[in-house]
Amino acid sequence: MEARRPTRAVIDPKVRHVGFFAPPANPLPGPNSTLLSGSPAGNSLSPVMIPPPRHPSDRSPAVPVPDTGLRRQGSDHVPVGSYNPSESLLSSSPAASSPSGRVGLADGEFSEESDGWYRYRRSGSGKYDLPLPDTTPEKALDYSAKSSAAPVLESKKPAHVSGKSGKAVVEEQNELQSSSKRPKEKTTKAERRALQEAQRAAKAAAKEGNKSAAVSGGGPPSKPVKQPSIKKDAPPVSLSIAASDKKGSDRPPEKERKKDVPPPRMQFDDKSRVEKAKRRSVVHQTEARNRVELFRHLPQYEHGSQLPDLESKFFQLDPVHPAVYKVGLQYLAGDITGGNARCIAMLRAFKEAIEDYSTPPEKNLARDLTAKISSYVSFFTECRPLSISMGNAIRFVKSRIANLPLNLSESEAKAAVCSDIERFINEKIILADNVIVRHAVTKIRDGDVLLTYGSSCVVEMFLLYAHEMGKQFRVVVVDSRPKLEGQALLRRLVANGLSCTYSHINAISYIMHEVTRVFLGAASVLSNGTVYSRVGTASVAMVAHAFRVPVIICCEAYKFHERVQLDSICSNELGDPDAIAKVPGRMDVNYLNNWSNKENLQLLNLMYDATPSDYISMIITDYGMIPTTSVPVIVREYSREHLFI
Amino acid sequence: MDFQVVVLAGGASKNLIPLVSKEVPKPLLPVANRPVLSYVLELLEQSNLKDLIVVVEGQDAAVRVGGWISGAYVGRLRVEVAAVPEDVGTAGALRAIAHRLTAKDIMVVSGDLVSDVPPGAVAAAHRRHDAVVTAMLCSAPVSGPSESGSSGGKDKTKKPGRYNIIGLDPTKQFLLYIATGAELEKDIRMQKSILRAVGQMEIRADLMDAHLYAFKRSVLQEVLDQKDTFQSLRQDVLPYLVRSQLKSEVLLNGAPQAEENGNEKVNPLKNQVMLSQILANVSTPSFHELYGLGTNGSTRRTHKCCVYIASNSKYCMRLNSIQAFSDVNRDVIGEASHLSGYSFSAQNNIIHPSAGLGSKTTVGPHCMLGEGSQMGDKCSVKRSVIGRHCRIGSNVKVANSVIMNHVTIADGCSIQGSVICSNVQLQERVVLKDCQVGAGFVVTAGSECKGEALAKKEK
Repeated sequence: MEARRPTRAVIDPKVRHVGFFAPPANPLPGPNSTLLSGSPAGNSLSPVMIPPPRHPSDRSPAVPVPDTGLRRQGSDHVPVGSYNPSESLLSSSPAASSPSGRVGLADGEFSEESDGWYRYRRSGSGKYDLPLPDTTPEKALDYSAKSSAAPVLESKKPAHVSGKSGKAVVEEQNELQSSSKRPKEKTTKAERRALQEAQRAAKAAAKEGNKSAAVSGGGPPSKPVKQPSIKKDAPPVSLSIAASDKKGSDRPPEKERKKDVPPPRMQFDDKSRVEKAKRRSVVHQTEARNRVELFRHLPQYEHGSQLPDLESKFFQLDPVHPAVYKVGLQYLAGDITGGNARCIAMLRAFKEAIEDYSTPPEKNLARDLTAKISSYVSFFTECRPLSISMGNAIRFVKSRIANLPLNLSESEAKAAVCSDIERFINEKIILADNVIVRHAVTKIRDGDVLLTYGSSCVVEMFLLYAHEMGKQFRVVVVDSRPKLEGQALLRRLVANGLSCTYSHINAISYIMHEVTRVFLGAASVLSNGTVYSRVGTASVAMVAHAFRVPVIICCEAYKFHERVQLDSICSNELGDPDAIAKVPGRMDVNYLNNWSNKENLQLLNLMYDATPSDYISMIITDYGMIPTTSVPVIVREYSREHLFI
Repeated sequence: MDFQVVVLAGGASKNLIPLVSKEVPKPLLPVANRPVLSYVLELLEQSNLKDLIVVVEGQDAAVRVGGWISGAYVGRLRVEVAAVPEDVGTAGALRAIAHRLTAKDIMVVSGDLVSDVPPGAVAAAHRRHDAVVTAMLCSAPVSGPSESGSSGGKDKTKKPGRYNIIGLDPTKQFLLYIATGAELEKDIRMQKSILRAVGQMEIRADLMDAHLYAFKRSVLQEVLDQKDTFQSLRQDVLPYLVRSQLKSEVLLNGAPQAEENGNEKVNPLKNQVMLSQILANVSTPSFHELYGLGTNGSTRRTHKCCVYIASNSKYCMRLNSIQAFSDVNRDVIGEASHLSGYSFSAQNNIIHPSAGLGSKTTVGPHCMLGEGSQMGDKCSVKRSVIGRHCRIGSNVKVANSVIMNHVTIADGCSIQGSVICSNVQLQERVVLKDCQVGAGFVVTAGSECKGEALAKKEK
């Protein structure tokens, strides 16, 4: 990670520059430079992307195969920076957009950060790309037979990749332009229409804002290069087939991807949207008035009125299953907290709901059930914003439902989904915890002083297990207001005979002297290694780092997320501000009574914070002990597994 | 939502003796010219609870109530009216219809409840805590007006019965102690174990048990089966469940354990234990769980008895005494007018268009004049309900009273704080203060009564 950072820093601006300016301004230097810089990177990437055996065959007429592979990368990244210009170009003159494709390619090579993310996507879409090579070679073949100019062009492309001179590019450019002009005279109505449709589809696809590479198939920037040539020479019939083929091949993945990708977060300072959402919502929520300026984009409601309101609607909410309702109520009332518990409770509610589910007549189980689950999810979201781990679990459930074989009967399908859910709970949470505990124990030596913050169930299990194994160690439980979750942990630890010290976070710098290891839980680990956890974790990690005490995060891999977050402002959860205004058991501490009536006073009760990866020595997951830099690997390699265990 | 609703409508209640009769059993007593049962049914209907079991004491009463319901709610509610013998008590009534109860949870509502507290809230609280029983409590009526309008001797014996001593935990979610005022002698006996487990108990006398309960069906049926002597839900079943919440006997062979066994078969035992541990550890433990964990590792069985305390802004009254009857009538056309379902005129009263008023007759605010009633000249009506087809002469004063249907009042009467049932005839210059006049009674001319119950002798 460290090594990569500088490169990114240097290149990033350049990429952006290229993305916006190169294609329209002057096609010559733009592609030239990017090609040169891009090609080595392309080589370095090829092991992942392109199966080596294909390379030699590139020279054959079936050029488009590697081409698409490379281009695809380009197209991936088009949305990152250079999307719009290329798109407009595409619609005007397909030829001119070819450099933009390559620009995108260069772009892709350098944005390391996002790489893992995209690669995962790409691999996910792999199967949809397959049809493409099948169809294109043919076309390439028969067009090579017909025209002489195009084959030259095509055969040159691999040469570019291995470092071609700018001259060739220019040549190609010219050729392309000339060839692209030619079809315009020739094309029949049907052809034009097919092209238009394909482009529209591609455009729409790209617009989804998916990093999804797979747009590739019909993706705007990758296509145009090839498309003109195909269109030119292939007979109209085959063209339309190709177009339809293309559509057929990439439409379904588009849709699926849309489901996968969570819709953009609602920004709660956007008034009109908030109004709209309010009309839809089940729980009647009044927004808090005294909101902190910096956090206005996060949902914050008057906490007092939600629960009674939801309670009174108990019998009116017909579409919500009782089990789901109960869990939602418990979220809202704060009876269930903690990432694992919330996730398990949600999954079990889903399971119960699925067991009681019966497909209405003339509906498809997969679709209707997915819609049902979505409605439950939105109900949960209204009760309390979802945690990242829950988001992953929901994605899992939905993908399981979507991928049910069509020939299953309803009861079989339900049983299959239920057993999948049960398996997720067992494997991804419980077994994972067991594995983590086993790993973590190896990190304790006799005489250690371990510090933990808040109450994490994995850390607790691991402490108890280590104690059972007879390790000699002492535990420091650090806690903070207002939840004081550590007290419950402390009670259980003490009950099991561990020797403990309890302190509040204010004293962290004093207590850190004697600590030898810090074990923390996490709500989520993001792909840049940032640990998203109970507020206060970051300061504990920072102090530990300053004292050169290793900070070890215990987190199940199902909580990993591909998102990248640099601070805890953009995405967080706001708790009940009253919780910090009131001191339980101290009626005399009432200085903040009626604070909401004071215009110029705002309280902030933040729930989570983001710990930068610099402060973390190691993350223990069910896949082993990894450095923070390996998080993207887990996300990339195993996320698919989440979805298809 | 897997809830079944049982409305215990009662029958010929002894508390309301001059008011109820064979023709008008308690559920059909008019409150603002509507049977009191309609308030409960409409409350339930609003909450989308449309499958009800109405239990009525006595066969005759059941036929009457059934007839009324099928007439008034045809197409709106699916109501099953069940008759149970008289004097079996509320627990007995439930026992009698036990075979019809199938849902996971049962909601038991008293038919004499006049309230706007959503029953869903109680059900939600019940589900949230997975409780065995959840009771709705509301603030007891402030006894301000009752001093002025109460009929002295009778009320003295009844009054303490209306109040409950209720012990709550600090979060006001769990019921730790409950006793009705009537059972209390001089001292209250608390259980040490409960007190020790909770640490802090709040004892309140300003709450009233609204007689709206949510029960877990399996537990309720088990208790009813095992304890044959239990007569009343409020006096026997609820206190029993509250008493035994930390040494639960009911659940030992009840459903929850069976459930767990079922799960254990599916999963490896160890995983199950871990799972429950994860769930238990992170959720905020109630004292039940803490106590359940115990000190010596052995888990003790506990169950939860929850309460839902209605907020003060909600209206909640039970019509279980004569005093309450006039209070409820007054409130429904007064402060809780949204319950009555009528639209009030600008003068804050309801006068049916077919009602006729003589000259110089005034009908004050918070009054109601039923269909086809005629009033003579120079009358005045204040805070009273007058039923249908009454004939009232001239110079009659009615204040704080309830006059039911087909009552004839001759000239010069004065009625204060009284309840006059249907078909009563008051002759000239009768003065009634704080009286109850039973159905069909004839009060002779010129008689003056104060605080009396007048009724025909039972044949």
